[in-house]
Amino acid sequence: MSDPQPSVAPIERRVDAVEAVLATHGHRPSEFVVEATKTADERWVPENGARIVARAWTDPAYRARLLANGKAAAAELGFELPRHHRHLVFLEDTPDVHNVICCTLCSCTAFTIIGLPPDWYKDFDYRARVVRESRTVLKEMGLDLPPEVEIRVWDTTADTRYVVLPLRPRGTDGWSEERLASLVTKDAMIGVARIAAPARSS
Amino acid sequence: MDGIHDLGGKQGFGRVRHSPNGPPFHAEWEKRANALYGLAVRAGILNMDEYRHAIERMTPRHYLSASYYERSLTGLATLLVEKGLVTPDELERLAGGAFPLASASAPGRTNAVDAPRFRVGDRVVVRNEHVAGHVRMPAYIRGKRGVVVGESPPYPFPDAHAHGVAADDEPTYDVRFATSELWPNAADDAFVHVGVFRSYLLPVP
Repeated sequence: MSDPQPSVAPIERRVDAVEAVLATHGHRPSEFVVEATKTADERWVPENGARIVARAWTDPAYRARLLANGKAAAAELGFELPRHHRHLVFLEDTPDVHNVICCTLCSCTAFTIIGLPPDWYKDFDYRARVVRESRTVLKEMGLDLPPEVEIRVWDTTADTRYVVLPLRPRGTDGWSEERLASLVTKDAMIGVARIAAPARSS
Repeated sequence: MDGIHDLGGKQGFGRVRHSPNGPPFHAEWEKRANALYGLAVRAGILNMDEYRHAIERMTPRHYLSASYYERSLTGLATLLVEKGLVTPDELERLAGGAFPLASASAPGRTNAVDAPRFRVGDRVVVRNEHVAGHVRMPAYIRGKRGVVVGESPPYPFPDAHAHGVAADDEPTYDVRFATSELWPNAADDAFVHVGVFRSYLLPVP
């Protein structure tokens, strides 16, 4: 009989072990964890993408530049991509076309623009199904598209990153860019939601 | 590799557990795991293709039962061992228990010698290839026909870059496939766009 397998170490202890290895090799991981967590919490937020979308809704010349070169247009507003994301494509929704992004192989997103991907985006159900059953999956997630709307799914299999440029909701004429930006969600920039027209206020 | 990670189009999965505006992290260790892989990339210990492939090499049972950040940590730890920064025994001593790692890698490959260039509008077919090492061609497009709708700047070729094999950078093409081509009579009607490396494509004769 062979020896029984030792039980798997708790995940926190496995993280400790990896951190210790990196520390032994002089990489100062504890300082980096603080810095990286702060960056993720404060700088990689969906408000970045929301500002880009709101600018595209209000400035036709910016919209044209954004659709021609997403990376350069994002940089105009001060938003950068990691070095390995060399190309950023904004996908224009129209009344007849709806775009939705995914990463069937893992979890790739333009995380500096829309924030880190949500749990469900990285989960197996979304990854397996959205490419094959897009209309059904979107409906289950609360987005029941009319049958005449063409669905375009974008699978992020390379380091080109995609962001959906959603339709501007009706009832927002004359709104400031800042107020428009407050309507734009991470879900809308992934493409699993359309942005609802705001409720009329008195 | 035809690994468990290659999930696109697999059947039997359920409803998406959608949580609008959910936080990206749920525990302190997840933030640390995420930061540590970022540190390893920044320090030049590993590149993104090596990291992705290390996760893909997890045994299917482990891959499917691990959370996202456990998969990330397992990929990172596997590469620290393979690159000689630590031994499995030392990792387990530090962790105080077993530390499951990913399986060994198959060899990588360099660019296709006969890879043509394409332009927007070209009709293309994905090569019918089964690649033992890292590859960024999801299985659901293998052998399928589509149309080029976009081109990216050149990127490191993943099949080589994940394995320390020399290769030229090459562009990816955004290729548009109809779901009726990918899963005839067995999918919702839609178009799927995939970023496909030049070496994976041939012109439609």
